[in-house]
Amino acid sequence: MSPSPVLPEVDPLIRKLAEEIAGHLTDRSALVGIHTGGAWVAQKLYALLGPEIPLGTLDIAFYRDDFSRMGLHPQVRPSQIDFPVEGAHIILVDDVLYTGRTVRAAMNELFDFGRPAAIELAVLIDRGGRELPIAAQYVGAVIPLPPHQHIQLNRDPQGRLSLSLLDKRH
Amino acid sequence: MAPNPQLDDNGKLCHLLTIEGLNAALIHSILDTAESFVGVNEREVKKVPLLRGKAIFNLFFEPSTRTRTTFEIAAKRLSADVVNLNIGASSQSKGETLLDTVDNLAAMGADMFIVRHSESGAAHFIARHVAPHIRVINAGDGRHAHPTQGLLDVFTIRRYKKDFSRLAIAIVGDIMHSRVARSEIHALTALGVPDLRVVGPRTLLPQGVEELGVRVYHDMEQGLKDVDVVMMLRLQNERMRGPLLPSAGEYFKHYGLTPAKLKRAKPDAIVMHPGPLNRGVEIDSAVADGPQAVILPQVTYGIAVRMAVMTLLAGSST
Repeated sequence: MSPSPVLPEVDPLIRKLAEEIAGHLTDRSALVGIHTGGAWVAQKLYALLGPEIPLGTLDIAFYRDDFSRMGLHPQVRPSQIDFPVEGAHIILVDDVLYTGRTVRAAMNELFDFGRPAAIELAVLIDRGGRELPIAAQYVGAVIPLPPHQHIQLNRDPQGRLSLSLLDKRH
Repeated sequence: MAPNPQLDDNGKLCHLLTIEGLNAALIHSILDTAESFVGVNEREVKKVPLLRGKAIFNLFFEPSTRTRTTFEIAAKRLSADVVNLNIGASSQSKGETLLDTVDNLAAMGADMFIVRHSESGAAHFIARHVAPHIRVINAGDGRHAHPTQGLLDVFTIRRYKKDFSRLAIAIVGDIMHSRVARSEIHALTALGVPDLRVVGPRTLLPQGVEELGVRVYHDMEQGLKDVDVVMMLRLQNERMRGPLLPSAGEYFKHYGLTPAKLKRAKPDAIVMHPGPLNRGVEIDSAVADGPQAVILPQVTYGIAVRMAVMTLLAGSST
C-alpha cells in the first residue's frame, strides 16, 4: 500500500495562485468560483487580487451529466453571476480538479449567461484522473491520488481553509 | 394503513398527488430547489439541461390555460419534450377509457404525466396504473387537491414573510369547492403556521373543516383582523349545484376583498389569489392591482416551483 501524501497548507497555495493570475488579468477579467470549495478559494483570491475584479459563483447542480443516475444534489444554491459574461475573461476557480466533468458542466452553465471571450481554469489541487480533455492554467499543487482516495477542502467557522484526505474503502 | 402512493420504498417522492402527508422537511426541500430555479428564470437563457430526453405529457381532461401553460413552460425550461393533450376534445369523445389513453401515451415513451381531471382521485388512479419509471403530477383533481398550486402559494409566502411559525393567514371564499384551499391548508399546517383561518359563508365551508387545523370565521372583518396574509379564492361557479349564494353582488358585499376590509389586516399584509380573478365578485380591482397584491409574482413563482417538482421526481427515476 502506498503511503498517504502529506497535504500542504492552503493559504500559501492560494497566494501562489493569486501571483500567477495577477500577471494575466485584463480589464474584462472576472473570478467565478464553483460551489462549494471553489467558491471559498475564489473569495480568498478576490481578497488578494483586489476589489475591481467581479466575483461570481456557480452551482452546477442543474448541469451535471449524472443527474439521471444520481438525482439532484439536495442543497442546490442559486448561481450568482452579477456581471456581463458576454466578452469577459473568466477565471473559473475550483478546489480539486479530478475527472473534469464538473468543469465541463460549469462551462456549459457559463455559456447560458453569455459568450465569454475566454475561460481559464484555476484549481487549488490537481489530483489527476481526468476523463475529459480539460486542463488547468493555474494550479496550486499536483497531488496524484488513486481512485479510492479523495481530497477535501474544509472551512472552519473563522473561514480558515484546510485539506483532508478521505478513503472511500473505509 | 395503505402505503402512500407518492413515496417509493426509500421514502422519496416519486409522484406528487397531494400535499396531505408530506412533512415540513420535504416541503422545504421542494421550496429550496424552486428558489434556485427562480435564478434560472431571471437569466437571459432561461433553460437548463436537466430533463433533456424526457417526454412529458400534459393530460388535461378539464380546461385550463394558466396551469397548463406554466407546466409547459416549466418542462421546456428543463429541456424536456412536452406534448399538450386536451383530452376532452379528442380520445374520450371517441369512447376511449382513461387508462387506454394513458397506456397509449406510455407506449409512445412518456416519462411523466401532468394530469388535470374533474374527478377527485384521477391522478392517484393513473399513478397506481403506470409503470414504475413513469412519474405523475396532479395538476388539479375535482375538489380534492392541487398540490403544485399549494406549493407555489407557500413559496410566495416564504419569499415575502420568511418565517411560517409567526404568521396569521386567512383563506377567504369558496372553501367547499376549492382543491386549492385544501392543498394550501395541508401545506400551511405542515409548515407550522400557528394561526390559520378560513373565512366564508356557511354554504361555502365544508362541515368539519376545523378538523384540518383551521379556525372558522363567517365575518370577514373579524377573520382578517391582524393577519399577515390574505389568500382569496375564486368562486367556483362551475362546481356549484343549487343556489348556495343569493347573488354575486351580495357575496361581494360580505366577502369581497375591498381596500376597507383589507385595512383590518396588518399594514404589510400580502394579498394572494390563485386566479383567474373574478373582479368585483371576490376581489376589488383596487386591491387586485394594489401594492399589497402578489398575484402576478405567484404566477411567476409557479414556474420555478413546477420546475422543482418535475426535477425532484425525474431525479428519483430508477
